[in-house]
Parts: sequence; structure tokens; C-alpha cells
Amino acid sequence: MIPILKNRILKGIVTRHIDQGLREEVESVGVELKSIIQKKFGRSLCLREVDTGSCGGCESEIISANNPIYDLQRFGISFVASPRHADALLVTGPVSRNMLIALKGTFESMPEPKFVITLGDCALDGGCFKDSYYIAGPVKDVLPVALHIPGCPPNPETIIKALLAFLKQL
Amino acid sequence: MYCPELISQIKKRFPEFNALSSAENYPDEISIKVSPEIFKDTCLVLHKMLPSPVMALFALDEREKENSFVINCVFVSFKKSKWITVSMDIPQDNPCFDSLAKNMHSATLFEREIWEMFGIEPKGNPDLRRLNLHDEVCPQGNYPLRKDFQRMRAGDLGEYKFSRVEGEGIFEVPVGPVHAGIIGPGHFRFSCAGEPIINLEIRLGFTHRGVEKLFEGKDGSRALKLSECVSGDSSFAHSIAFAQAIEKISETTIPLQAVYLRVIFLELERLYNHVNDIGGAAVDVGFSFPAAYASVIKEALLQLNEKLTASRYLKGINAVGGVLINIDEMKKNLLLESLDKINHGFDALVKMLDSSVSFMDRVDATGVLKRKTAQDLGIVGLVGRACGIPTDLRKYFPGIYKEVKFKMVTQEAGDVLARLRIRELEFKESSRLIKEFVKKLNIGAEFKINPEFKAGSALGYTEGWRGPVLYWLKINSLGLIERCKIVDPSFHNWQGLSYAVLGNIIPDFPLCNKSFDLSYSGNDL
Repeated sequence: MIPILKNRILKGIVTRHIDQGLREEVESVGVELKSIIQKKFGRSLCLREVDTGSCGGCESEIISANNPIYDLQRFGISFVASPRHADALLVTGPVSRNMLIALKGTFESMPEPKFVITLGDCALDGGCFKDSYYIAGPVKDVLPVALHIPGCPPNPETIIKALLAFLKQL
Repeated sequence: MYCPELISQIKKRFPEFNALSSAENYPDEISIKVSPEIFKDTCLVLHKMLPSPVMALFALDEREKENSFVINCVFVSFKKSKWITVSMDIPQDNPCFDSLAKNMHSATLFEREIWEMFGIEPKGNPDLRRLNLHDEVCPQGNYPLRKDFQRMRAGDLGEYKFSRVEGEGIFEVPVGPVHAGIIGPGHFRFSCAGEPIINLEIRLGFTHRGVEKLFEGKDGSRALKLSECVSGDSSFAHSIAFAQAIEKISETTIPLQAVYLRVIFLELERLYNHVNDIGGAAVDVGFSFPAAYASVIKEALLQLNEKLTASRYLKGINAVGGVLINIDEMKKNLLLESLDKINHGFDALVKMLDSSVSFMDRVDATGVLKRKTAQDLGIVGLVGRACGIPTDLRKYFPGIYKEVKFKMVTQEAGDVLARLRIRELEFKESSRLIKEFVKKLNIGAEFKINPEFKAGSALGYTEGWRGPVLYWLKINSLGLIERCKIVDPSFHNWQGLSYAVLGNIIPDFPLCNKSFDLSYSGNDL
């Protein structure tokens, strides 16, 4: 217990300990985002992530967006364990044929209103896998996509900014 | 020359052995061609003699030129630092071969893969269910890696049969492919009696993208980009192994500076993944402060990667013939400074975990993989080392690791704690290696050359953070790839997980899974 308390005090709040330039950007983006989410989604925006054949890079960056440095959750965006709790589906990967049924099933399980966000270059058009015999995608051919976040993989800052820009238009 | 010695050793154990041809194409590679009749016995002799699990077993479609399929079986000799490939031709009519799986478990999955991708039947293999082409969406009779495959043909769809455990009070828990967390897709089917798991069947292949086929017909530089997307958290290890294979074929020696830069980035990749997994173990037992602490360290490493290379996941650095990014004086200082800070934080993290009795209680003696089981399955890399198997390419194919006296880390217990310890110790060792290598950098030196492409085949390999990443390449006279076989360590190690969880309870499964932390995309290809 003592090491934890010690490190807790020593470490302080890392969310503010990021580079000055970056900090202001993230903070301002985040505050705006939070107010929009509160207005339009009640209290929070819940996302459910589905990997349809990504290399794992996008997942890693989504997890990074939730780390204490970026802390996506403080702006009211959270990731939920079940599609039944989700407002939006976050899809990564070029849609392998094997994932097609599961992807559709996940979307169908979500309550209305719902929308789909794609993340990463593979999810847009198949990326470097688009010529493969086993790709059923891209995602937009399978589900109605409202937003795409580009990058291979997009970094946490890009993810937060893209979400904000999109939610502003709603 | 080791080749004649090896052949006489095989002959001693297997008098009927007769090599059709044998060659030592590269200093670290021996290839032996045999007739199909003695292929199986030759492989078994090598398996026992070296001893070595099957490191790769794959087919080539040579019907156009040779009217036959070729099967290659790759073993490794750690004692002599050699890769040994046994190959045979299989006539194209009614292609089949004697299954090795009954005598050598590590061949099982490879044989299933050959069957589904080429339609070459391993006669006698008790399990020919398809791995990556799921019966529910892909009709039988499609063999994508055959050269004459154009597109999926329609046909009857089937259903995958899970192995069932039956009896009073046994119940099944199916999980996946979409999981609760933010991770890749896989289906896990637990059979439980009361609380303990008595069987776990893992069905993967959900991220199958036909990567090996995509490599075919590409030139070196385009294919290198693709190799970085095979498994996102080991993109640098994959691109090294790929580049190395091409460099071997074209007989290029890359500049020393490039070799140093490559190992520095490779060790940086190991660092961020190891700390991620240590944090993952804390997440999975609900120990939130160390988990957050670890993710801050990971983020620091990713940001360091970005400052050094402009890529958080070390993509776009490797090239055939060297690397594209140098480390100058400023970056050197940045790297050393950040590394010290990161190590300081890492020590605090380890101390927090070690001093928590409830955390240690969860990881100690959980998810034990027995050494014998691991050896039979052909478990490699980090998981193997945690069971006491000395297996690390950095030790047995040292290259420049010799200059810095690399120390291999092993543990005996084979449980979650042992795998955690390996990560901790390797983190420290990798930090030391980076510091040593940075000292040897020569800022002004050349770090990229342009190789001339040649035709041929070779094996590229490197010890990524999970274990050995292998790329076997065949290049034609135009410099285009004819066949690329990728073996990610996950392909060997997923089977280990289904043995490690036996007798444990389902709530401990995430912990066991995270302690292996295997790649879905690297396995499914």
C-alpha cells in the first residue's frame, strides 16, 4: 500500500503533465467535446469497438486514448463491453469474410438511434489488404458509416479531434 | 561446413536415409531434398536429434514449372546456429503426404494450414478442420494459395465442429469473437465442471486477410510496407525479418550502422510491449493504479518512438538494404535521457506489484504451462522461456548481440508470474542493450544501400518481443515475390494457452490470456 500511495503522490496528475502545446490543444478540444456530448447525448457517448481484421495497431491507439495522459473518458466518451449499451459502433480493420456475420450481429444488437464510426485506413477501403480474396469490406459497403478517422493507426489526439469535429456537425 | 556432418549423423540414426541433394546456401541455412518416401522419417530424426520443434512447415505450388507441389519443413539447430530445411516434391495428381502430426505435435497446425490453403492432404492427421477459411463463409474446395486460384468459388457451406466434453454437470461457455474489451476477435469455448476449466478450444482465423497471397507478385519495397501491417504491435520485427530474407537472397551486407539502428528499434518495440503486458496483468486483476501507471510508461515509450522516427509504432523505418532514419547526436541524448526516466518509473511499477499480496496471490501458480507440454507443442519465445525452455534467437543467432554480451532470461515455473518476471527482466536487459548499442552508433556512417535483386529463396528471422518471427521468401528473376511464408510466434503459442488454463477458473482466463498476449492478426494472417 505504501509504494502505491508514495507513487500516487509523486506522480501527481499526469493528465496535465503533458507537453504545454499538446496540453492546451487536448484540453480545449476536450472541454468543447464534453459540452456537446452533454447537450446531444444526455450525459455520455458510449462506444463499442469491433475489430474486423485489423493488425492490432488501431486497438492499441484506442486504448492509448483512454490512458491517463489523454483520458478520453473525462470528456464523456466511454467504451462499453456490450453493443446493447452503445450509441455508436467503432469499427477497425478491412472486414475479413469471417467477421462479416459478427459485425452485422453486433450492429443489430445495438439500440436505436445508432451510428457507425470507422477508424484506420483499412476500415476506409481495405487499405493494403483491399485486393485480397478474403476481404468482404470495406465497412461502408456493409454498414452505414457516419464518420471515418484516417491514419495507420491514427494517434490518440487525432481520434479525439476527429470525434469532436464530427459531433459538432450533429 | 556442417552439412556433411549433419547428413552422416542422420544416416547413423536412419540408415535408409538418402539425400537427393543437399546444399548450404547461406552460412546459417542448410537445405536437404529427399524423396517423399523418407521425408517423414528424416523429419522425425531431425526433430529428435537436434532437438527442435517444427519451426515452419509449408507448401509451394510449383506445378507450372516442375509439375509438382513442394513441401518444406524447417528445423532449427541452436547448437550449431543453423536453420535446416527438409523438402520434398509431391506429384500434382492426387497430392497428399504422410502426416507428421502423430509423431510430432508441433506439425499439427501447419498441416491443417497446408490442407486448407493448398488442398494437399496430410494422410493420417486426425484433425483436418480448417483454421482460417471458416466453413460458415467459405465453401470447401477453394485453395487460395494455389497459383491457379482466381476467386472464391461458390459451393456448400458447412459448420465448424467443436470438440465436445460430455458428462454430468459439464457445461459450455462460448465467448467471442467480439469480446468485452478492445482487443482482436477470437472464439473461446470453455468446458467446465463446476468452476475449473476442463477443456478450452480456441477458434481463430477471424482476422484472416489472405496476407500470404497478397505478398505474391509484389516487389521488395511494396511488400515491406505490407509486412509492417501483418501484426501491428510487432511491425518492426516483421519488417526486419522480411528485409533480412530479401537481403540474404540478393547477397547484400547492410551497413553496420543500419544493423545497430535496427536492433535499437527492435528493443524499443520490446520495451513498449512488455510494459503494456505488465500493465495488462494489473488491469485483469482490477488493480487500477499500477495499470494506469504502466500505461503512462507505455505512452512515454510511444512518444519517444515518435520523436525518434516520426512513427509511434515504428512503421516506415525499415527498408531493403538498411533503414531510412538515422539517430543523430540530439536524438541520441533524448533516447538516453528518456530511457533513464522510463526505467525509473518502471522500477516503481514493479515494486508496487511485488509488494501487493493480493496481486501476487492472483498471478502465482496461475495458468501453469508445463515444460513437457510446451516442448511437445513447440512453444517458442517468451512463453517458452517462462517454462524453462532456453529459446531465444538473440542468443543462438547472436550477430551483433555478441558484442554486448546478451543475457537470455529464463524462468522455471511456467505460470503467469513467471511470464511477468520474464517481461520485467527483459525490460531491464533491453534497456541495457539499447544503451550499449547507442554507444556504438557512428553518426556520420552510411545506413542504407541499394541492393540488386536476385532470384532465389531464403529464410529471414528475428526475435521479436513475443518470439521468433520467420519469413521464408522465394523471389523470381523479375525481383517479384513468388511465395512468402510467415510464421508469427503466436501461431505456435496459441495452443499453449489452451493447456495453461486447464484447472483454472474462468475469471482467471483474461489474466492467463494477457500473460501470453498473442497476436490475432499475426496468427490468422
